[in-house]
Amino acid sequence: MSTIPDASGRFGKFGGKYVPETLMNALIELEEAYTHYAKDPEFQSEVNELLQQYSGRPTPLYYAERLTKHLGGARIYLKREDLNHTGAHKINNTIGQGVLAKRMGKTKIIAETGAGQHGVASATVAALLGLECKVFMGEEDTKRQQLNVFRMQLLGAEVVPVLSGTRTLKDACNETLRYWVSHVEDTYYILGSVTGPHPYPMMVRNFQRIIGDESRRQMLEQVGKLPDYVVAAVGGGSNAIGIFHPFVDDASVRLVGVEAAGRGVETEEHAATMTKGRHGVFQGSMSYVLQDEFGQVLPAHSISAGLDYPGVGPEHAYLKDSGRADYLPITDAEALEALQLLSRKEGIIPALESAHAIAQTMKLAPTLGSDQTIVVSLSGRGDKDVESIMSYLGGDADESH
Amino acid sequence: MNRIDAAFAQLRERGETALIPFLTVGDPDRETTIGLIRELEAAGASMIELGVPYSDPLADGPVIQRASARALEHRITVEDCIRVASEARVAGAELPFILFSYFNPILQLGLDRFFELVKAHDISGLIIPDLPIEEDGEVRELAEAADIHLIPLVAPTSSARVAHIASRARGFVYCVSSLGVTGVRSDFHAGLDEFLLGVREATTLPIAIGFGISTPEQVRRFGEQCDGVVVGSAIVRRIEETLPLLTKQETRAEGLAQVGDFVRQLRS
Repeated sequence: MSTIPDASGRFGKFGGKYVPETLMNALIELEEAYTHYAKDPEFQSEVNELLQQYSGRPTPLYYAERLTKHLGGARIYLKREDLNHTGAHKINNTIGQGVLAKRMGKTKIIAETGAGQHGVASATVAALLGLECKVFMGEEDTKRQQLNVFRMQLLGAEVVPVLSGTRTLKDACNETLRYWVSHVEDTYYILGSVTGPHPYPMMVRNFQRIIGDESRRQMLEQVGKLPDYVVAAVGGGSNAIGIFHPFVDDASVRLVGVEAAGRGVETEEHAATMTKGRHGVFQGSMSYVLQDEFGQVLPAHSISAGLDYPGVGPEHAYLKDSGRADYLPITDAEALEALQLLSRKEGIIPALESAHAIAQTMKLAPTLGSDQTIVVSLSGRGDKDVESIMSYLGGDADESH
Repeated sequence: MNRIDAAFAQLRERGETALIPFLTVGDPDRETTIGLIRELEAAGASMIELGVPYSDPLADGPVIQRASARALEHRITVEDCIRVASEARVAGAELPFILFSYFNPILQLGLDRFFELVKAHDISGLIIPDLPIEEDGEVRELAEAADIHLIPLVAPTSSARVAHIASRARGFVYCVSSLGVTGVRSDFHAGLDEFLLGVREATTLPIAIGFGISTPEQVRRFGEQCDGVVVGSAIVRRIEETLPLLTKQETRAEGLAQVGDFVRQLRS
């Protein structure tokens, strides 16, 4: 199961390359370059060196004792991706793709961003490697995440507000692909999740699997056995695939993806792509898609801008349909409650994305015995969300993100 | 015989280039689209591309994005688009219809149902911009069986892929003039002439060029190198500019005539 995708980029029926012919050559070039450098020890050591010396890996696997005691049940371990440079797992991927872009001789990188985390991680790597950087961000998001816009500008990147469609992440992705089509010759597109056309879902997974590789090794070293559950939030799904992938062949380890249920899966305001979506083709791959009955993609909603996306990576669709992983919805309100609990019990303010995984853990842990263990991907820190959390908890109903 | 083949055969006899306008079905509404199809035929269109509106038109620039959004305000579906074509046929349109749709709306309708509908309603060709040859196996088989031409796109960057794509093409080969999305532009890809020559050598089918063509000069220039010229965004923009006339019953005829005049000038 861990040898997917196949040569055509398929995870079972999911994945593939559903893009205009104008992009095919760029994707083929990228796949060839990635395949070549993935086997190149010099490339690997440059990436690993940056992950260690620059981003601070390996990140700790931390036993959350007070949270465990509070919930009463399984022992909870937090994989501290929030301790990475720039505050989230996103940098694992941008370091990998940034080094690849440089090896391919590209001088410019582009990236899409929703909340701004992937944009910041891309701008950071661009500064580090001396590349020009443009980040496409929905106009709505640029207003909601002004601090991250400024952060990217401080790092020397240009932030391009996207005015098309819903003016959020999905349209930022469209616009980045459109820009790439016209500038393929000197520009590398750092896609931020395990979504999009092949080879992105495979490549981004491979750059993110370090989360799971480390977690697996750390569990064996620190606890002496594999975890019973691995829990991670899923928007596009890069931190989740990163932590799931190395456990896929360990049949005893249950994999739980947590989707954003927004105001509730029974409402129209959610981002629960796998709970409420159907198979479809969206932004380059076949996967689950939030769509109407005629195949038009629906806008998503979540308190967490990083989960606010109507698609999901094809490997998740495959894990779901094969029964290997379960995907469960968590509402905005449940995520907010989890965020406060973790802050008070452990002194860790999680990102709103990661708070969804904590919320599911709050439901799961008490149903398990104290001899059982849960590893939770704490994908990012909450600093970026403090302002919007403040307005939520302050009861400002106008602030929806 | 497929209407597209018949149209190209006739044009070849007369030594003419096919003028292939594009419009977004349902922009601003279905009735107007039927009127526009009739008007464009009268203005010299040889065949017509009927764009199915989509929420995420990856290959399209801002003009066609806006047209899609306008049409989607009425929740127009693939099936509706096919029926609009059919009504235009009943109203007297004789030119071949080429449906241009992103893949997901077709997939959600169901491939079998989709091909039943296009066959029953006299659609002659199909362009699916996000379905490259790697992914088109099932659609290709169903299209062959229904005698609907699946028209492929080739790009200046397709290089080694051109021969493979052209060898499986039906109807004509659609050459993308430049890198980027649809939309008016003044400069085309630097290696364009060579690219067109390469496509010409790779196929015995007619070749057409599109993306960014907007003026009579460009239509003339590419008419010398290609068998067909697609004009999309320039017409859709003209429709957009004419909306105040097109959306009122009493001025619609005047609006249609203005769009028709624009297309007539492209031929001049």
